[in-house]
Amino acid sequence: MHVEEKLTAETFPASPEKATLEGKNKFLGFWFFLGGETVLFASLFATFLALRDRTAGGPSSDELFKMSIVFIATMLLLTSSLTSVYAMYHMKNFDFKKMQLWLGITVLLGAAFLGLEIYEFYEYVHEGLTFSTSAFASAFYTLVGTHGAHVAFGLLWILTLMIRNAKRGLDLYNAPKFYVASLYWHFIDVVWVFIFTVVYLMGMVG
Amino acid sequence: MSTVARKKSLIWDYLTTVDHKKIAILYLIAGGLFFIMGGIEALFIRIQLAVPNNDFVSAGLYNEILTMHGTTMIFLAAMPLVFAMMNAVVPIQIGARDVAFPFLNSLGFWLFFFGGLFLNLSWFLGGAPDAGWTSYASLSLESPGHGIDFYVLGLQISGLGTLIGGINFLVTIVNMRAPGMTYMRMPLFTWTTFVASALILFAFPPLTVGLIFLMMDRLFGGNFFDPALGGNTIIWEHLFWIFGHPEVYILVLPAFGIFSEIISTFSKKRLFGYSSMVFATVLIGFLGFMVWAHHMFTVGMGPIANAIFAVATMAIAVPTGIKIFNWLFTMWGGSIRFTTPMLYAVGFIPSFVMGGVTGVMNATAAADYQYHDSYFVVAHFHYVIVGGVVFALLAGAHYWWPKMFGKMLSEKLGKVTFWLFFIGFHLTFFIQHFLGLMGMPRRVFTYLPGQGWETGNLISTIGAFFMAAGTIVLLVNIVITTVKGKKAEADAWGDGRTLEWAVSSPAPEYNFAQTPLVRGLDALWVEKMEGKKGLTPAEPLGDIHMPNPSFLPFVISLGLFISALGFMYHNDHSWGLMVGIVGLLITFGAMFLRSVIDDHGYHIHKEEIIEAEKKGAKA
Repeated sequence: MHVEEKLTAETFPASPEKATLEGKNKFLGFWFFLGGETVLFASLFATFLALRDRTAGGPSSDELFKMSIVFIATMLLLTSSLTSVYAMYHMKNFDFKKMQLWLGITVLLGAAFLGLEIYEFYEYVHEGLTFSTSAFASAFYTLVGTHGAHVAFGLLWILTLMIRNAKRGLDLYNAPKFYVASLYWHFIDVVWVFIFTVVYLMGMVG
Repeated sequence: MSTVARKKSLIWDYLTTVDHKKIAILYLIAGGLFFIMGGIEALFIRIQLAVPNNDFVSAGLYNEILTMHGTTMIFLAAMPLVFAMMNAVVPIQIGARDVAFPFLNSLGFWLFFFGGLFLNLSWFLGGAPDAGWTSYASLSLESPGHGIDFYVLGLQISGLGTLIGGINFLVTIVNMRAPGMTYMRMPLFTWTTFVASALILFAFPPLTVGLIFLMMDRLFGGNFFDPALGGNTIIWEHLFWIFGHPEVYILVLPAFGIFSEIISTFSKKRLFGYSSMVFATVLIGFLGFMVWAHHMFTVGMGPIANAIFAVATMAIAVPTGIKIFNWLFTMWGGSIRFTTPMLYAVGFIPSFVMGGVTGVMNATAAADYQYHDSYFVVAHFHYVIVGGVVFALLAGAHYWWPKMFGKMLSEKLGKVTFWLFFIGFHLTFFIQHFLGLMGMPRRVFTYLPGQGWETGNLISTIGAFFMAAGTIVLLVNIVITTVKGKKAEADAWGDGRTLEWAVSSPAPEYNFAQTPLVRGLDALWVEKMEGKKGLTPAEPLGDIHMPNPSFLPFVISLGLFISALGFMYHNDHSWGLMVGIVGLLITFGAMFLRSVIDDHGYHIHKEEIIEAEKKGAKA
């Protein structure tokens, strides 16, 4: 199928993200990219695990972390993954308006998550944990901060796609773009599940 | 959609090109220049060590030269030259018109280039990095000035380019193969590119993370490696070698691929044990990730860890041995032509075997305590990297030169280069095994007389000049060929087996007028054996879709270059932070433009293709 073909709900293919060669390449290339990202985060996690008790007299994780705010943040991000699934569902059904709506909700939830994280970092700095306080501090801010930067980038990416395509609707040129953006969003979510477990849960009880 | 190719100046053409064949030439030129720089640094090292108590360079400058020699040769010479071969050959070998992501291909090159430029800027801006190419944190955190910062930031930028290149080749090989080109019909060079790209994908992120930590510690007040605040310098060593060891295979697997092509072509025989070659390649790639700590036997990981890594390392000798025997059996009973590339291939086998044997010696953890940080190790890895990778790159350059540039390099001068380089190589590094066993430590800037090291070091230095002479002959050869070399045929060597020898030299920008139908291993050879002149087409002649050139990859990379410069000075000058942010804005701005501007490419019309093919056939 051709990228610029005008399509209707009837002629729209079942997997629009893989209907063209460009789409297939994007799809596969992005999965490979996520493979690399996995190794990147694995390296950050390994370092964090090695350094998480090296507080050098500064605040430790069980003194700092509060369940309530982290739990809310986790729920926001998990929900945003679900809403992005809805968006992709509507994309496959060629329902552009509903896709945009659910992507919008995804962005709002992601932005709320990011706001909470910034607030959280702000709090920790006030309680005496700056980036330079200890090896634990450096490892914590780098791991969680890298995730936060990914969230911020994802938000800007999805917003750009939504605005750029707002007037022209879905076609086989932009469907793969929406699709890989949602893949990226799921990946961020999965990483957060590990951060929640390894950094926060283990930090509070382990 | 535009249809007519616009006339552009040569420089603008290369700055904006997304054609894999032109990007290959860019990689070749940039990698070649860095290879010469690294070579000059090597000569300085050898001159300094030629006689005891020499003062040709100071101790501090020696450290910088030694660091830059290693870093340049690995990251800025060997890697891009491997990428030059991959770009020049792999898409054509699989019957594709381009790589999967032409834009990213260009971006990968420019990121590498600006990263390398940044690193070498250090010579002019207060001194180069001086903590060895491994840049162990306990050393590099103490290094004054900005040398190490150039290393940390430059390698982050160029590493990003390599990662992008790796993903691009993975997708290209999975998705872009011509009809009939099954995995087990892919030429060995394509296979090794595939596995090396997978290694790049999983090996480069740990390096990036290590570099980020070092950057944080040196520039932004982090404490990853500072023991006083709970940090741990061994983390750097692990991250570096989790990257560093697979890196060896990233370089040497494509080298194996190049030699497999050459040996098969010039023995006029199908590669012996093709499927075992593929199996061995994948196995080496897999095992390559389980051996990194053999660089750290003396760190104190304990006998169990040392034993595990020792055994895993020795296991790699098995698939490598399989390959050596397969090459020998390919030559066995073949009708061998000793062309320049074939000379390198034949010289490579014993040279690389020696590197492999000393590798197993180093892998014996208990014995390694003796070899560690001595010239024995220096001799070992130069036998592997020069005897394996550099020989392959020189062989590949001679072999594919007609395909890249349309002219044959002089065989006479090519053989002179080979003999000078081959003799010089063994002269330089063979003796270093014994210097190491006699106790000469690596990375020292001088030594005292009376330890029995004088003769060995002098011989080694003489050898280095042989290699330099060989390189100069190669450059002369290139100049003469460019000026008055004779035009190469499509099947330049007359015995081509794979698809790249079916298209004209140099290949037209669309590679194949009609996508070929691949009917077996060594696809062109299959057709030749049936008495056919060309390939069997898999599609009727039609318009060909081409990607648009773009200047954005250059801008994205330039932005990161500017940004790195700014952030490096942000503690010294007030403008640093601003410049750093502006650089990032340039990069993200260019990425934003790429995202919002539609790029559908253009078409070359059927009539133009018929015309171009006629011209190609005549010439």
